[in-house]
Amino acid sequence: MNLTEEAPTVATRRLLHGLSEAADPRLAVHHELWGVLRPDKADLVAQVDASGLTGRGGAAFPVGAKWRTVAGASRRRPVVIANGAEGEPASRKDAFLLARAPHLVIDGLVAAACALRAERAIAYVSRASVSCLGDALAERQAIGLDPIEVEIFEAAPSFIAGQETAVVEALGPRRTAAPTFAGLSSIRERGLNGRPTLVQNIETLAHVALVARFGAAWFRQLGTDTEPGTMLLTLCTDEGPMIAEGVFGSSLARTLGLGRRELGASGGVLLGGYGGGWIPTDVFLGLPVSEKAARRAGGTLGPGIVAVIPENVCPLAEIADVARYMETQGAGQCGPCVYGLADLADGLERLAYGGPGGPSPDRLLEVCDLVDGRGACRHPDGVAKFVRSGLAVFAGEVNAHRRHGACTATRQGGALPGTTRATRRKLVSRA
Amino acid sequence: MTRFRLELIVDPVACEGRGVCAEILPERIEVDRWGYPIVDGDIAPALFDHALLAMRSCPTQAIHLVERAC
Repeated sequence: MNLTEEAPTVATRRLLHGLSEAADPRLAVHHELWGVLRPDKADLVAQVDASGLTGRGGAAFPVGAKWRTVAGASRRRPVVIANGAEGEPASRKDAFLLARAPHLVIDGLVAAACALRAERAIAYVSRASVSCLGDALAERQAIGLDPIEVEIFEAAPSFIAGQETAVVEALGPRRTAAPTFAGLSSIRERGLNGRPTLVQNIETLAHVALVARFGAAWFRQLGTDTEPGTMLLTLCTDEGPMIAEGVFGSSLARTLGLGRRELGASGGVLLGGYGGGWIPTDVFLGLPVSEKAARRAGGTLGPGIVAVIPENVCPLAEIADVARYMETQGAGQCGPCVYGLADLADGLERLAYGGPGGPSPDRLLEVCDLVDGRGACRHPDGVAKFVRSGLAVFAGEVNAHRRHGACTATRQGGALPGTTRATRRKLVSRA
Repeated sequence: MTRFRLELIVDPVACEGRGVCAEILPERIEVDRWGYPIVDGDIAPALFDHALLAMRSCPTQAIHLVERAC
C-alpha cells in the first residue's frame, strides 16, 4: 500500500481538489498534487472493498463486490474497461474529469488492471475526450510509468453507448463460440472475447486512484457510514452545465447553490437523468447527497445529474421531448421497447402540444407498465420511471392540458439537452 | 440436497412476437397489445411437457426453459 505523507484531510473537494486554480491536466502537476502512485496489486481489492466505494456510472453497485466477481470468475485473465462514454446529454462530469484530471482516471484504471491481473486495460471515451486522454497517456509512456498499455477506443455519441453490454459489443466479439442467451451469464463472468470483464465508470476509477494512495479509512472520513466519500454532480440549468462535488450526507441543494429563489415556481426537479425521476421541489430542497434518500423519495441520483427547467418552460413539453428522444435512442432490438416507447412519445406529445382531450394519465401509465422490465436492458425501465414520476409531480399541468390544451409555455422549449427542440434552439441561437 | 424449480424465460432480443408460445401454453403466457409475450415463468410439473413444447416450437428459439435452484 502506497501512502504519501500529505493526504488531504479536511478537503471536501477530492476529485476537484486543486482543479479550480491550476486546471492544468499535465502529469507533473498531477504528481505535485497527489504524489506518484505505484500499483500494489495485493492490497487494492481489499482496500476498495473496505472503502465502501460504489459505482458512479448510475447503478451505485459496490465496487469491491464487482471486482471480486470478476477476479473469481474464471482462470482467464480479465479485461478492465474505463467507461467514459457518458451517453446522457445532461451529464458532463466524465468529460470534465477527463479534460481536467485525466491522470487520476488513468491511475485508477491501471491500478484496477494490476489488482485484477488484467490482460487488457481499455479506456472507452467520447470523441471530445480522446485527444486529452491521448496526450495524458503519451506523457506517461514517455517515462514508462505504467506496467500495462492503456488502449483508447472512441464511444459512439448515443445514449446507450455507455451501457455495459453495449460497451463490450462495441469493442469486439463477446462470445468465442455460438451465441448464447445473454440473460444466462453476465459480462463480469463472460464479457469481451469471453473473458471476465470489468466495466467501471471513469469517476469511480478516479476515486480508486485516491483509495489506492490514501487507503479505505481515509476515504471513509467524508460521507456517511452507509455512503462514504464524495460524488460528482452535473447541474443542468438554462445557463449551461456546472460540475460540483458533493459529500454524501450533506445538503444536495446547498452543494449546488440552489435555494427556493433559484428554483422559482418550478414544481419539480429532475434527478438522475432521462432514466431517472422527477422530484417535487419541496422534497428536493430537503434531500441529502444520497442515493438511498433519493430512492426513498421515489427518485435516483443516477450518474449525479440534477436538471432544473426554467419557470417559463412547460414541463410536459420537456417530458414529451425527452420521451421522443429516448425512443430514438433505444437499440431497436426488443419489441415492447420499440413499440412501447413510440406509443409513450406519441401520447405525451399529444398531451403536451395538442388541443384539449389528450390521453389520461392512466392510459400512459398502462404503457409504462407494459415496457418496464420487458427489454434486454434497462432503457425502457428508465423511461417508465421518468414518465411515471413526471406525470405524478406535474399532475396539475396534466389536468390543465387535458382541459384546455397546450399552455403558452409550450412555445418556450428545449431546456433539457439532446432533444430535437434543444438542438434546434442551440442552432438558432448561434446563427 | 438442492431443490430445483423450472422457469420459462424469454430472450427479448430474439423474440419477434410470433405468439406460438402463447398458443401452446396460455396458462402461463399471454400476449400484449403489440403481440409480445408476457410470461408468468414459474412452471409446475403438470405444465412441464407444454413448456418444453413451447420452447421447442418457437420459430426464433427465443424462449427457454431453465432450472433454478431454490
